[in-house]
Amino acid sequence: MAKLILSMDGLVLNEVALAKERTTIGRKPHNDIQIDNLAISGEHAVILTLLKDSFLEDLNSTNGTFVNGQAIKRHFLQHGDVIELGKYKIKYVNEPPAESDALDTDQTMAVRPEEMSKLAGQMKAQKATDPASVTSIAPPSPAELPTARAFVQILIGAGAGKEMEITKTITTLGRPGTQVAIITRRPQGYFLTHVEGNRLPVVGNVTIEANKPHPLQNHDVIEIAGVKMEFFFKN
Amino acid sequence: MASTPTANAVTNDSKAIVELFAISDNGKVRSHNEDSVLVAPGLGLAVLADGMGGYNAGEVASSMATSLIGVGLDKALADRPPGERVAAGGYWAHEAIIQEVRRANEAIYEAAQSQPQYAGMGTTLVMALFFGDTMTVAHLGDSRLYRQRGDDFRQMTRDHSLLQEQLDSGMISASEARQSANRNLVTRALGVDPDVVPEVCDYGIEVGDIYLFCSDGLNDMVDDEELAQALQLLSANLQVCATQLITMANDNGGRDNVSVILARVQHVVPRSRSWWQRLMDWVK
Repeated sequence: MAKLILSMDGLVLNEVALAKERTTIGRKPHNDIQIDNLAISGEHAVILTLLKDSFLEDLNSTNGTFVNGQAIKRHFLQHGDVIELGKYKIKYVNEPPAESDALDTDQTMAVRPEEMSKLAGQMKAQKATDPASVTSIAPPSPAELPTARAFVQILIGAGAGKEMEITKTITTLGRPGTQVAIITRRPQGYFLTHVEGNRLPVVGNVTIEANKPHPLQNHDVIEIAGVKMEFFFKN
Repeated sequence: MASTPTANAVTNDSKAIVELFAISDNGKVRSHNEDSVLVAPGLGLAVLADGMGGYNAGEVASSMATSLIGVGLDKALADRPPGERVAAGGYWAHEAIIQEVRRANEAIYEAAQSQPQYAGMGTTLVMALFFGDTMTVAHLGDSRLYRQRGDDFRQMTRDHSLLQEQLDSGMISASEARQSANRNLVTRALGVDPDVVPEVCDYGIEVGDIYLFCSDGLNDMVDDEELAQALQLLSANLQVCATQLITMANDNGGRDNVSVILARVQHVVPRSRSWWQRLMDWVK
């Protein structure tokens, strides 16, 4: 479960687990996290928690709510975020699951429609009027790719001498309707696979197998649809 | 862990409306495969299910779903063609699918209730029946159907998931959704409640259409742009295309089981027009 760690000047004051759907922060005593300081509004901010996700909303506080130095109206909390209210800091801790736990977290689960609409309804009702402020989020890191750049150069046939860098996940070679093969870029390297046509591509002097990716080596010569080309790496 | 395909089927019956290819893979992390796929080229049927539940219950639920629906529809369509109109005006296919999905739901629900090791099991479902110039699609949960038609690639099903509901209500943005820890929570599934309402729609099909049915193990790992690219470049060979999709999911981490069914429309049988429609055409 996610939790909040309240501190001031590096001194930890309190730790609160986000067990409730609504966790309020403010100066008045009825708040779940009470901060008795005049810089804090009576009802300063609220954290809405829906299962494993939490959203922070500023409740039009006088001095504002900041996350990682930025003023926010509404913010989708990420592990490690630091919320600042006046001199107080609140760290949001929601450890992403370790690789070994991936089994549990990626498991598909059903939620009952009643629970669902209840949850969604509450979230909707509590939703702030200004949903605009959204922090930019880095895209998931792509799979590791081979570092050397790969090219094919046409040796014999139409367009001899032409060189092409292989940058995409899938690159097609050949002529549609006659003979087509693809080079796929994978973390393990580059592979040639037959796609279309009665004849299979030849690598070196060997005809590759149908429906089986053929790993390409530096300086392999590929023959497809009457065109010979060389596959090679450049650093 | 080596990822080994656990199921695949190919059909090249040139007389069939669709060419179908199905493959299911364990992925790189999971210890077993809870997905099930079924294709019946003669019927023009494709069914994909992503099971859930402890131990091996997920596998039981998903394989019950695919096989019960396959057998049930085979029977339901034996005496009555899918394109026949029913009293309410819709296709028999539409009604037969709802009927068989509900039957499968009942069977899975009962098994889950009566056998402790299956308690709480359920499964997602995405399926289509191709006939004439139409396909009838049914789905529950977050398994998806995409269509590639010419340059147009689009998702035909809308997930029944918490994330999708949050997106619809404006709670979170698409980029926030990618960061959400609430993945994999489906709001409709087969076998979880005594009765179920599948979302069922009819669509027109065209020669050359490619349909991609997949479990979330694919679309969680590979973004739509890459899916579209693979379909566009590899549509000439469904087997290579499906295998490539699985490879892409596994190369990106393969955190879940990955299942893919590809369907290519080979020919379309136009519906015979009623005397009234013919008269209207003639008047125009």
